[in-house]
Amino acid sequence: MSLLMPDSGLLFWMLLAFCVVFFLLAKFGFPIITKMVNERKEYIDQSLVTAREANEQLANLKAEGESILAKAHEEQTRILTEAAKTREHIVSEAKEQAKIEGNRLLEEAKKQILAEKEDAIRDIRRQVAVLSVDIAEKVLRKNLDDESKQTDMIERLLDEVNLSKN
Amino acid sequence: MNKLRYIVVVIFSLFALNMSFAQEEHGEDVNAGEIVMEHISDSYEWHITKIGGTDIVIPLPVILYSHNSGWHVFSSHHLYPAGKEHEGFRIATEGDYEGKIVETNANGEEVRPIDISITKTVLALLINCLILVLIILGCARWYRNKKPEDPAPKGFVGFMEMFIMMVENDVIKACIGKEYKRYSPYLLTAFFFIFINNIMGIIPIFPGGANVTGNIAVTFVLALCTFIAVNVFGNKEYWKEILWPEVPTWLKFPVPIMPAIELFGIFTKPFALMIRLFANIMAGHSAILALTSIIFVTVSMGVVVNSLMTGVSFLFIIFMDCMEILVAFIQAYVFTMLSSVFIGLSRQEHAE
Repeated sequence: MSLLMPDSGLLFWMLLAFCVVFFLLAKFGFPIITKMVNERKEYIDQSLVTAREANEQLANLKAEGESILAKAHEEQTRILTEAAKTREHIVSEAKEQAKIEGNRLLEEAKKQILAEKEDAIRDIRRQVAVLSVDIAEKVLRKNLDDESKQTDMIERLLDEVNLSKN
Repeated sequence: MNKLRYIVVVIFSLFALNMSFAQEEHGEDVNAGEIVMEHISDSYEWHITKIGGTDIVIPLPVILYSHNSGWHVFSSHHLYPAGKEHEGFRIATEGDYEGKIVETNANGEEVRPIDISITKTVLALLINCLILVLIILGCARWYRNKKPEDPAPKGFVGFMEMFIMMVENDVIKACIGKEYKRYSPYLLTAFFFIFINNIMGIIPIFPGGANVTGNIAVTFVLALCTFIAVNVFGNKEYWKEILWPEVPTWLKFPVPIMPAIELFGIFTKPFALMIRLFANIMAGHSAILALTSIIFVTVSMGVVVNSLMTGVSFLFIIFMDCMEILVAFIQAYVFTMLSSVFIGLSRQEHAE
């Protein structure tokens, strides 16, 4: 029966040893290990969630990028056509303007020419009048030397006046 | 095939060794029962082996407090062979205190002094505790200056981490429930304490081979701790279940039959834990030793029988050792699991 009777000395040492072991392990051993493992587990779970989110975001980003690219393409074609239109417009406008300007210049030139011409004519007329008077004077001076011719002349002039009156 | 050949060679060499032993020891009576009892009970010295005629023994310190003469500390080799007297103390060879240190008081009666000697079991216990603390604190040391983002440990620390988490998740968490964090250090300590002591007990040479967990004082302390963990931290629901269980009133009113049974149950649960662990480990040690003794018992039956029985016993010992390794784990597991279940029962909320 001695096997079934706990020995007091051993009981004492066992109690002491187990309490010390328990204290050491419960304070510095197991909680540190289990805490770290649980933290690591949490970290892994979190990382998985984050990774999934990141993947989703990446997919979103990709789609977004594609849509932006498509939009940019559209914009590009739009701008190009607009530019072409604008260019045409500008060219045609410029052409028209040039035409108008040309016409205007032409007109002005014409007017100027006309004015010059009239001026010249007036000048010539005046000159002609002066010349004719001079010539007439000379002619008259020569032809009216004799009496008969003077009388002829007067007569003819008178005739002429009459003629023009009738 | 190669391995098989090795095993055969080993067995045959053992046969040869055994025969030489048999011739040498012929004529000496082998008392198997005595050998087994000597091993599973405690002693004041650590007998390692016997080479030729000399015993190789580690003497251990004897620490005594006598009511007559106060404290005594001396080496145990003064007390051997059993019966030799030193400072008024001797090891009793018969009577109630057989194998224990006794002194004779004024009336001429044999009395036990207060005996806290470092016996074989105590030394083995202390060594195993040291190993356990070193292993676990060594593992915990790895985690210092580590962040959760760091990679998991490899090698031994990784194995221990897996082992610890297996016990915590599959046993403690599963049996206690959500309040498991509070009890987990105790239960893990109990598990690894029992496990390391069991395993060290299987190793046949110093510092293993002592029968620590197969000693009732050791299992008594473990069961006491579980008893405290269950009853001191038990909630109101637990005590109500014991003192006023939901049974027909006549079972609890004039004569409190059910409360008495429940109160008795408080003590039987840890008692069962104590006896289960003690008996399993003790029986394992006894079985291995008894099988080993077959070799020496059959010496007197002649060389042929002896050789044959040696082979048989050798195979059985291998089988038993493998089984004991399994038992070492299972008993630690069962103790922890049942403790967890009892704690879980003491913390349960009222279930409708």
